[in-house]
Amino acid sequence: MLRPRIIPSLLMTEGRLVKTRNFKDPKYVGDPINAVRIFNEKEADELAVFDISATRNGQGPNFRLIEDIAAQCRMPLCYGGGISTAEEARRIIDFGVEKIAVNSAAFAQPSLVAEIATRVGAQSVVVVLDATEVGPGKYTAVSRESTFAKGTDIAAMAARFAGEGAGEIVINNIDRDGTMAGYDLALVRQVRDSIDLPITVLGGAGSLDDIRDLVATFGIIGAAAGSLFVLKGKLRAVLISYPRREEMRFGAG
Amino acid sequence: MIGIVEYGSGNVTAIANVLATSNTPHRRVSKPADLDAVDRLILPGVGAFDAVMQRLGESGLRDGLEKAVHVDAKPVLGICVGMQVLSSSSEEGSLPGLGWIPGRVKRIDETRLTSKPKLPHMGWNSIRLSGEPGLFQGIDLEHGFYFLHSFCFECESPESEIAFATYGNEFSVAVRNGNVYGVQFHPEKSHRNGTRLIANFAEL
Repeated sequence: MLRPRIIPSLLMTEGRLVKTRNFKDPKYVGDPINAVRIFNEKEADELAVFDISATRNGQGPNFRLIEDIAAQCRMPLCYGGGISTAEEARRIIDFGVEKIAVNSAAFAQPSLVAEIATRVGAQSVVVVLDATEVGPGKYTAVSRESTFAKGTDIAAMAARFAGEGAGEIVINNIDRDGTMAGYDLALVRQVRDSIDLPITVLGGAGSLDDIRDLVATFGIIGAAAGSLFVLKGKLRAVLISYPRREEMRFGAG
Repeated sequence: MIGIVEYGSGNVTAIANVLATSNTPHRRVSKPADLDAVDRLILPGVGAFDAVMQRLGESGLRDGLEKAVHVDAKPVLGICVGMQVLSSSSEEGSLPGLGWIPGRVKRIDETRLTSKPKLPHMGWNSIRLSGEPGLFQGIDLEHGFYFLHSFCFECESPESEIAFATYGNEFSVAVRNGNVYGVQFHPEKSHRNGTRLIANFAEL
């Protein structure tokens, strides 16, 4: 049987790990290599690392750091941030990164997804949809670079990228980033019903119960979380954690 | 001494780290002369089938590898697409495979599935063995390994298929033909089970 994937999602800026709230107010949470080692020890199902400074500063991926992270990582790794060409994607995959995630560049040029898929195989291409609620039960994906996507329904966006050859869609509810208010199940349902690809959900997980709810509702799915696995308590103290195997035996799915 | 074939595809460093954790002597093999010092080989591989075959072709290692595997009978373990290229051919590409285990790599057939899962097959899946533990000695089969693929290896001889996973339908996830072994999953990314499998391979 295939099991749901529980995925710590780490945000990086200028080579340091941070945690944001609604993508603002970055709090320093440590060194990425150290975090990778801790998640190795805790035997995380999979790890996602997003460099939020790579696109913003126009400097592209920090290949050296990605190579170091990949070398330390004894679990599957997804990297996203600043990838704008198929050649960059191939270079990262050759470091032994299992999946590369694209966002801004894919919105600027959707055919990039197909180009990358041809180069590295569709199974390794992830499109991240940064979703925001624009009306009751109505979501759109936002991207700074977006020209074609403005106002497009989230399900249509997901279907478009699936058609380009994406191997996975990450649905990131940016309204819930760092809020620990629970996953947005209505959003997940809209995307889930529109595509036939593995999905990973990010944004809002505040407890293992939120992950259990997600799995109980959707079965096999990727459940990603930032705050839940790097912060602890009301004061948001930095503490890297991951559920033990026996805590994650799901009845559903 | 295990040689990890370094030809520009796959996670050589991650495999080297796993071998270092278990104190297994290993080195990278990037030119034919490196092959003399090793008594077994790990062949990594990620990406599209043709891209992997093309890189192998350009590596200058092909003849040396053929000799190591067929003349010197050194055990070899292909991982992920490194496993798929052990086959004769793949539906994913047009280049021939190494042909060390007769059979063809096919896209997981969605029409034959008993339930309709999402592809790619992504995540941790339990496995079932067809015979003796061998490579899988001491492994928690229920916990299984990490998978990321849309294609699977159909061997000409059913005896070549030594382990299976069920995802919609059952397909082979580990193959063997004499001294040639291949695994579809990523042992270098499968924590304790993966470390154990690589250690088992080192002791074959």
